[in-house]
Amino acid sequence: MTRECQITGIDTRRRSFLKTSLGAAAVAIAPGMLLLDTAHGQSVSGKVRWGMLIDTAQCKAGCNECVTACNRENGLSGETKPTDSQWIRKVELKDVGSGHELSLPMMCQHCEHPPCVDVCPTTASFKRADGIVLVDKHRCIGCRYCMMACPYKARSFVHEPLHDQNPDVPRGKGTVEACTFCVHRVDQGQQPACAEACPNKAILFGDLNDPESEIAKKVRSVASVQVRVDLRLNPGIRYQGL
Amino acid sequence: MGVELGNIIKAILFSLLFYVVPIWAAEHNAPKLDIGKGGQCVEEPQWMRKNHMHLLKHQRDETVRKGIRDEKLNLKNCIECHASTRDDSVIARDDSFCVACHRFEAVKIDCFECHSGKRKSAWLQRNAK
Repeated sequence: MTRECQITGIDTRRRSFLKTSLGAAAVAIAPGMLLLDTAHGQSVSGKVRWGMLIDTAQCKAGCNECVTACNRENGLSGETKPTDSQWIRKVELKDVGSGHELSLPMMCQHCEHPPCVDVCPTTASFKRADGIVLVDKHRCIGCRYCMMACPYKARSFVHEPLHDQNPDVPRGKGTVEACTFCVHRVDQGQQPACAEACPNKAILFGDLNDPESEIAKKVRSVASVQVRVDLRLNPGIRYQGL
Repeated sequence: MGVELGNIIKAILFSLLFYVVPIWAAEHNAPKLDIGKGGQCVEEPQWMRKNHMHLLKHQRDETVRKGIRDEKLNLKNCIECHASTRDDSVIARDDSFCVACHRFEAVKIDCFECHSGKRKSAWLQRNAK
């Protein structure tokens, strides 16, 4: 009985010693872990839905200002070979019956239900809370399923190593990329480069969900359509006069 | 009570063994690097040497996926100070800020296959046409 008591006494002392050392060690390591939790900012709001309204009557055939601005902003080469990245293209349409011609810019339509996000095996392709569809290049494995899934042919694959990227727009070989609505500018309250560059103000960018915004008012008052509305993807880009 | 206190002191000394020794060792063998403007910004240097990758990895997901652009923990902001004052880069030379340690530790970084290793202010100056 006495012996048992002695052993228990030693045991308790040893146990408390180990506990205290572990505690001290935890205090030494903990600041690192805690710091990760304190690094919080404001995450983008799901109440916002960024979108564009493109007025085809104002978009002039042969004008390429939006494409040039996009290339400059995002560091694209501007070439149009099959292996070159194109985030925005000018499309010329002609109705053979009437001879009516149209010119309009086509880019990622920032769908509410993006097929590119559905098919991505690594969830690299994702839709931000504010409706901007992006590629998380940290996760992209370059399989290009999203490029096949996109009905608008909006995405490009980077085939060659790149150098001297814009510090705001990281791009690299082996990943898929597309129009980001110039997310780095939008997050700072600026307009996308194409909207800013258009000489005829044919591209109106704004928050579709804010009833007081210019774009929401115009979408309410004029007739506009989404491309391939039959797919029911609810794109964020609408065309007026198409 | 006296025994308790003794135990606590012993425990602290005991736990010290695990992390004080590597700090001394690191100071002697550390590679010489072009630290740019330098100075403490987020945490003290030894802590940053050990943990910067966790901060960067955490911050990149916050920024890309949630749009949280924390100025302080942003890679661009790190480069803004730590890029060499000679060539405005953290990767251009063998003693550049990122390269020197990563070469010494034989850890490959792929950040700069996509990200610019140049100071943004310098990039803007060069590309302002």
